[in-house]
Amino acid sequence: MSQKVLLNAKEVNIILHRLACQLIENHNKFSDTVLIGIQPRGKYLANRLAKILENDYKIKDIKLGHLDITFFRDDFRRGEKTLEANTTEINFLVENKSIVFIDDVLYTGRSIRAALTAIQSFGRPNEIELLTLIDRRFSRHLPIQPNYRGRQVDAINNETVKVNWKENQGEDSVYLVNN
Amino acid sequence: MSELSVNHLLGIKYLNQQDIQLIFETADHFKEVINRPIKKVPSLRDITIANLFFENSTRTKLSFELAEKRLSADVINFSASQSSVKKGETLIDTVNNILSMKVDMVVMRHPNPGAGVFLSQHVNASIINAGDGAHEHPTQALLDSYSIRERLGNVKGKNVVIVGDILHSRVALSNIYALQLQGANVMVCGPKTLIPKYIDKLGVKVETNLRKALNWCDVANMLRVQNERMDISYFPSTREYTQQFGVNKALLNSLDKEITIMHPGPINRGVEITSDVADSKQAIILDQVQNGVAIRMAVIYLLASKIKH
Repeated sequence: MSQKVLLNAKEVNIILHRLACQLIENHNKFSDTVLIGIQPRGKYLANRLAKILENDYKIKDIKLGHLDITFFRDDFRRGEKTLEANTTEINFLVENKSIVFIDDVLYTGRSIRAALTAIQSFGRPNEIELLTLIDRRFSRHLPIQPNYRGRQVDAINNETVKVNWKENQGEDSVYLVNN
Repeated sequence: MSELSVNHLLGIKYLNQQDIQLIFETADHFKEVINRPIKKVPSLRDITIANLFFENSTRTKLSFELAEKRLSADVINFSASQSSVKKGETLIDTVNNILSMKVDMVVMRHPNPGAGVFLSQHVNASIINAGDGAHEHPTQALLDSYSIRERLGNVKGKNVVIVGDILHSRVALSNIYALQLQGANVMVCGPKTLIPKYIDKLGVKVETNLRKALNWCDVANMLRVQNERMDISYFPSTREYTQQFGVNKALLNSLDKEITIMHPGPINRGVEITSDVADSKQAIILDQVQNGVAIRMAVIYLLASKIKH
């Protein structure tokens, strides 16, 4: 197993600020916008972006939620292991809101497909956008593309992209791991 | 640990502590799901479940059916009173006929103890025991423990007394197994005639004085007197039973501490508990019913995930 650094802490920070600015460009004061981190790993990115928007760009009252997609996945009973769920925390209705789904890596697009179904349990949103830190090109199984992307990566099948956050791994970094 | 150690839920006796933990954690997620504006998830859309009720039931049957539907499973219902069982068909034949219609899972209530175990050895489907005679009622015990955990934070170390007709109760036996597995102290309390001989061998305390039992416990689980299972008289009169083993508000108020009251239903108001107790803040009877759906969703989800595609 070998790994190569795709992004270091400084680069991650620059990208997060750029993504935050792009969000502000499209959503202005976030009055009708909600940020939804896709569990389990999109949560960290969503929390971080919300923090940057609040602290550095003085946007108040950002609505932030976390969505678990376990029960909406299309691979139930198809793998070896039971799919384990995570917590969903959405304490508001998404009816007529603009939603931004936030996840760390966009790969096959299947998680996002599940998220699109799962979010309907909380109302009918006005529109849904997708923000990902890493977009793995040429690996999609479904016609899903991000509206905001941090970095585009060409990774072949036995390679994986690993995103670390200070909150869970002790550092901000992105690695390309060759298995 | 992300998988149950069993392929069927036949009784608490066959589960271990990690299984219960996993069921509770999964039920937490489903409890959140059933409080959403849209209370349904598509996980089990390619699973068919047969509910076979050879004995009457309202709550359990509705709860299972709701749990199945909230998981998007296809459901077929069967009750013995309207079936070929009356024409002399055996249990295995009945179930195999149903399974040949491509059913993946069977939820069964049956008047004979061990019916679920017997079935699991002879048919090719995942079996959930929804009560077998006076033997076990595992999902009820799970939801009872889950409700205690929700109210008191933890089951471990809590003192729980089961009051009433222990002899005819499947809820009592499953609860004893489940509570002990989670480290609670269990006592049974009731008229001597309704407490099985040698029950102390299961490691439970036995008490015939209700006041003493209530003063000892954190939680009292009040059982119904199961007149339909009684072939002889076990106590002189209902009135006398109520005087000795019925819980009323005055009795609760006279205790040293505030205890939690549970009841698996159906309640005979004025017999084992009075209305003012059943409707008081100390009672978590309706929470138990709500948790029943979440627990059953968790059990069905976890067992279904072991049925290979």
